[in-house]
Amino acid sequence: MAFNHKHLIDITEYSADDIMTVLETAVRFKEVNERRIKQVPTLKGFTIVNMFNEPSTRTRSSFEIAEKRLSANSLNFGGSSTSTVKGESLVDTVETLCAYKIDMIIVRDKHAGVPRKIADVSGVRVIDAGDGKHQHPTQALLDLFSIWQTKGTLEGLHVGIVGDIGHSRVCGSLIPALKIMGCEVTVIAPPTLLPARPDVLGADHVTSNIDEALPELDVVYMLRIQRERLEGAPYPSLREYNMLFGLTEKRDKLMRPDAIVCHPGPINRGVELDSYMADHPERSVILDQVYAGILTRMAALYLLLGGSEDGIAA
Amino acid sequence: MNEKNLVKSVCMDANEIERSLTRMAHQILEANKGAARIALVGIVTRGDLLAKALARKIEEIEGVSVPLGKLDISFYRDDFMTHFAPEVHSTDIPFDIDGMTVVLVDDVLYTGRTIRAALDALMDIGRPSAVQLAVLVDRGHRELPIRADYVGKNVPSASDENVRLFLEEVDGTSAVEILAIEPGSRAGSAPLGGE
Repeated sequence: MAFNHKHLIDITEYSADDIMTVLETAVRFKEVNERRIKQVPTLKGFTIVNMFNEPSTRTRSSFEIAEKRLSANSLNFGGSSTSTVKGESLVDTVETLCAYKIDMIIVRDKHAGVPRKIADVSGVRVIDAGDGKHQHPTQALLDLFSIWQTKGTLEGLHVGIVGDIGHSRVCGSLIPALKIMGCEVTVIAPPTLLPARPDVLGADHVTSNIDEALPELDVVYMLRIQRERLEGAPYPSLREYNMLFGLTEKRDKLMRPDAIVCHPGPINRGVELDSYMADHPERSVILDQVYAGILTRMAALYLLLGGSEDGIAA
Repeated sequence: MNEKNLVKSVCMDANEIERSLTRMAHQILEANKGAARIALVGIVTRGDLLAKALARKIEEIEGVSVPLGKLDISFYRDDFMTHFAPEVHSTDIPFDIDGMTVVLVDDVLYTGRTIRAALDALMDIGRPSAVQLAVLVDRGHRELPIRADYVGKNVPSASDENVRLFLEEVDGTSAVEILAIEPGSRAGSAPLGGE
């Protein structure tokens, strides 16, 4: 077993073996998270900067908990106090941070490509925590983990992703990651919420009819309807969206008996997901995904920071 | 047994390992006046298998089954930056160690750093009333003030040699061998199949 990555920026740079290494390492962190003292000294002395240039509560707190449970020192940087507000360039900001002698930057930014730029100019390890509409690789890893743990396998599963594919960085990582792991992927959305070329992400099928697709799916992945992106009027109303694309109690009957429901959160109850489905005791793995976020992020930090500076001893 | 290492000598065969374990089981019972508050925790990979064998022997002698656990020390290593091994094994201690006498079990005692890490890991899991150490082989070269309470065999060795335990259940045959370390390889427990 070898793992030779310095960064987690583009999930397509990871092979199926690399992804399995992350998922299997994440399993080992379960035991740590179930102890009375939920902390191990592994990353003692490492400094990790959480650079969130865009609002984030869930992803940032998940990273923070992962860092703390591994004993890393973390610094939260960004928000309205960001130096970019004062006119500093991204490169200057990163060089300033690096002068603090840090080891890793976790970055969230509204512009696609920022994590790569930081990796190129800084020499520290970088994890993309969401860049523009591009990628969100740790979300994809935690989704894979939840699906793998629930279904026992990834290979051959048919996963349907429903909703705002066009604006979704979750899809930018999740669809390629599912393909790498041997899943079949169907995207389900009104044409106005699809990217211009849905095939570019690698989906096998594209449809606007959720009722036809549901009976085929092992996993139904509901995306959040981003109310802030309603200006272009991609659909007439939230109520109509719920009727045509929402996972309602009525649609429960169309699903396979063992099909599961995922959602990256936060949920708009009554829009993309009815409470009946969000809280469904057998189908919903939404809270498992939240826990998987801690486990997979601990695994990613552990694997990316391990090893020597010049190449990694395996 | 490993293409990177050349066998120099066999210092324990299957029978000797068996007899040593029997003696160690007796010593553990004698020192603790029975098996009442004892738990065995083996360090993966190899120590957990030895702990299982010791538990079996204790059951044969005393007629009681002692709690048995295994401990992975990957998250506690002090060589995280230099000898990083991405493969993490599982820790499984399915009982409360508070107030127990925990006998840590490992295959080869060398620098003592693994045991230091295991002690830290154990203290994060609970508060045992005492911790004792049982090793099948003590090969010397300690770098920390750590010694074993129960030793199968003392094996003098050079630092450019590797002392490794092979066990029938994973390697097909049981033996302790001294091997020459080739450049690029390093001392440590024998890998578990296919590494």
